[in-house]
Amino acid sequence: MSSALSTTDLHYSYPDGQAALSGVSFSISSGERLALLGPNGAGKTTLALHLNGIKRGDRGLVQVGDLKLDDRTVGEIRRRIGLVFQNPDDQLFMPTVSQDVAFGPANLGMTGGHLDGVVRGALAAVGAEELRRRVPHHLSGGERRRVALATVLAMEPSVLVLDEPTSGLDPAGRRELIGVLETLPMAQLVITHDLPFAHELCERTLIMDGGRIVADGKTAEILGDEALLKMHRLEMPYRV
Amino acid sequence: MGAGHAHAIYVHEHSFVHHLPPETKVLSVLLFVTATALTPREAIWAFAVYGAAEALLVVFARVPFRFVLSRLLAVAPFVVFALFLPFIGEGKDVSLAGIALSSEGVWSMWNILAKAILGATASILLAATTEVPDIVKGFGRLRVPPVITAIASFMIRYLEVISGELARMRTAMTARGYDPRWLSQARPIASSAGTLFVRSYERGERVYDAMLSRGYTGAMPAIDSRSASAREWAAALILPLLAGATAITAFVTL
Amino acid sequence: MHAPDGFLTAGTAVATGAISVSTVTIALKQAKEQIAEKMVPLAGIAAAFVFAAQMFNFPVAGGTTGHLLGGALAAILLGPHVGALVVTVVVVVQALAFADGGFTALGYNVLNMAIIPAYGGFAAYAGFRRLLPQNGGGVVAATGLAAGVSVIFSAAAFSIQWLFGATAPVPFDTVFGAMVGVHTLIGIGEGVISALTVAAVLSSRPDLVFGARELDRARLEPASRVPLRAFVIGSVVVTMLVATVVSQFAVDDPDGLEAVAEDAGFISSGQEHGFSDSIFADYATDGINNESLSLAVAGIAGTIITLAVGYGLFRALRQREKVPE
Repeated sequence: MSSALSTTDLHYSYPDGQAALSGVSFSISSGERLALLGPNGAGKTTLALHLNGIKRGDRGLVQVGDLKLDDRTVGEIRRRIGLVFQNPDDQLFMPTVSQDVAFGPANLGMTGGHLDGVVRGALAAVGAEELRRRVPHHLSGGERRRVALATVLAMEPSVLVLDEPTSGLDPAGRRELIGVLETLPMAQLVITHDLPFAHELCERTLIMDGGRIVADGKTAEILGDEALLKMHRLEMPYRV
Repeated sequence: MGAGHAHAIYVHEHSFVHHLPPETKVLSVLLFVTATALTPREAIWAFAVYGAAEALLVVFARVPFRFVLSRLLAVAPFVVFALFLPFIGEGKDVSLAGIALSSEGVWSMWNILAKAILGATASILLAATTEVPDIVKGFGRLRVPPVITAIASFMIRYLEVISGELARMRTAMTARGYDPRWLSQARPIASSAGTLFVRSYERGERVYDAMLSRGYTGAMPAIDSRSASAREWAAALILPLLAGATAITAFVTL
Repeated sequence: MHAPDGFLTAGTAVATGAISVSTVTIALKQAKEQIAEKMVPLAGIAAAFVFAAQMFNFPVAGGTTGHLLGGALAAILLGPHVGALVVTVVVVVQALAFADGGFTALGYNVLNMAIIPAYGGFAAYAGFRRLLPQNGGGVVAATGLAAGVSVIFSAAAFSIQWLFGATAPVPFDTVFGAMVGVHTLIGIGEGVISALTVAAVLSSRPDLVFGARELDRARLEPASRVPLRAFVIGSVVVTMLVATVVSQFAVDDPDGLEAVAEDAGFISSGQEHGFSDSIFADYATDGINNESLSLAVAGIAGTIITLAVGYGLFRALRQREKVPE
């Protein structure tokens, strides 16, 4: 299978000199589900922001399908990489749900009935059609999360990158979200602290620590290795 | 003075007025208030017409009268000032029950009372029948520069988020026994305002990243499709047309 | 100060409206150059912050509370153009969507509550910065003074609009004296809160304070060492100056001022300057016949009260800081 998304030896340091990414290399195939685990401060969110060019590495390569990331390709890459942020309020910035979902495709030039159709489709995919006219502030955490996902699905990405998608959700909301993610066909890179969620959804797992990938393998094997997990401040609530 | 500002005045009903597109209502109220403000104060009959029109509108919009009256309290300070005018105005040339009054003062009192109350009622009716995000969308459709409309729209979106954070900070402080009564004890409050500013700014940067991620290149995309029909415009413009005719008549017959 | 419709004449509404629109157009253009594509989210969220900050009440004295205007604070944190733009959006939306302030009064409401405090406040800030030490403490003190002064500018501006566009026979000097006098006191609260807010921002993200951008990290002192004494002395001096100058100005040539206005056709000659007719002259104490003397007395009394409040305030502040380690 071809690689949907890959990085090669990615380096990045903050303006104050602190290193955030120290040579990150990984790839995810079309349709694959990959969990990214690691302690706080490992650089996971920073890595996510590199994948669609919001941040640019000092060194190294980001490639999405056949496109290498540079100033020319960044627009198309942002369409292909659907980044769902940690805090849905940061991502739901329009007055109503339908306007939020329409924002992305409208930027791509869609208008009128076509745009409407795309919006409805994206909302249907996450089970949130009835939320169309609602104000984001009045939605529950789970609803916001699914609508945020819809805003990104509306652009027909080839890879979804989700940053802590289950954090703050009640068990029912979490279950609904897992249900939705399981139906989506595109490749998914899921950054999470919710290890059972990773276990349920993703066949492959990476561990990141100190700006580097320190483990890459089958989810069951990684989550079954207690010593490995403990070394990186992780823990499973049950034995795998 | 500040406390009343962010409490939305919207009254949830399904009247004809509620369903009119927001831009028609905004323009209608704007024109109506302009006509009232321009009407010479001596034409008392004209103000009676305006008042009657507004009263009818209150009924059509199914907004309770008591609600409108309670919201009108916002202009109370200016009403009080106006009520003093016959007493503090210059040129005491009339007398009522033995008290010397200024006739010019009486006229200005009337002028301010009539226009302030009529104007405020119109604003209240607009806010009561149109939700805040729709009002912003409405003036966006009225050729206000898109950047300004976008800024206003983001402001409305994040207002409750930010005031919610502020309220939580205050609750946390109160829970630790903070009960300030003097300006000299205000340092923690101001610190929380500073923290809130930093958090808000950082949120603004994250929102920008989210916008970039969905293809934003500096100009807000055109999303709105539905525009008002001629019938809806006609309905909304009845009020200001009536007011305009009244104002002109008032001028001409003076 | 969200004036309702009909408070000033139509001519004033139009003139101030024209001034406001042109200034906002300039502010918008400058703001775009300053923050470019980040404009919409940053200005929008900053506007939400200002709106929220205006809602919160801070204690003034024994249970009474005050509210921030925020124009100078916005200008110092965001820069004068972005600040003016942001507070303008707040005022406009308050009028249109929250029924706060008349639609036809937007011209002068925007001018008085957004443009003048932002630009005037920033100008005052720049002036005070020159006189104060070039460090974090200087930034904070200058903020406090400038914010207080911005409130006075706002009140003075409204009074001047009243001179040209009053709809009631209350003379300019009465309005001026009363407005400026009251707002001098209000300015103290605005100044203290604005200063402390900027101090808090400086201690965590100094790069977010536009007015301190030229200071490097080494010169940014921790907020707790703000020279409050400088602030106290400064605000007292400024208050005294303002109150005295204001009352002198109002007294010196009141006839001259209104005669000029009459000649220029701004006031109809029907209005007399009948200061002595007014029972309610806010700045004249009862029973004193000589107008000039009574106004000066009122001015000095106001100053002394302000001084006393100020001294009491900062005495209490200094005592808090003497908490044992």
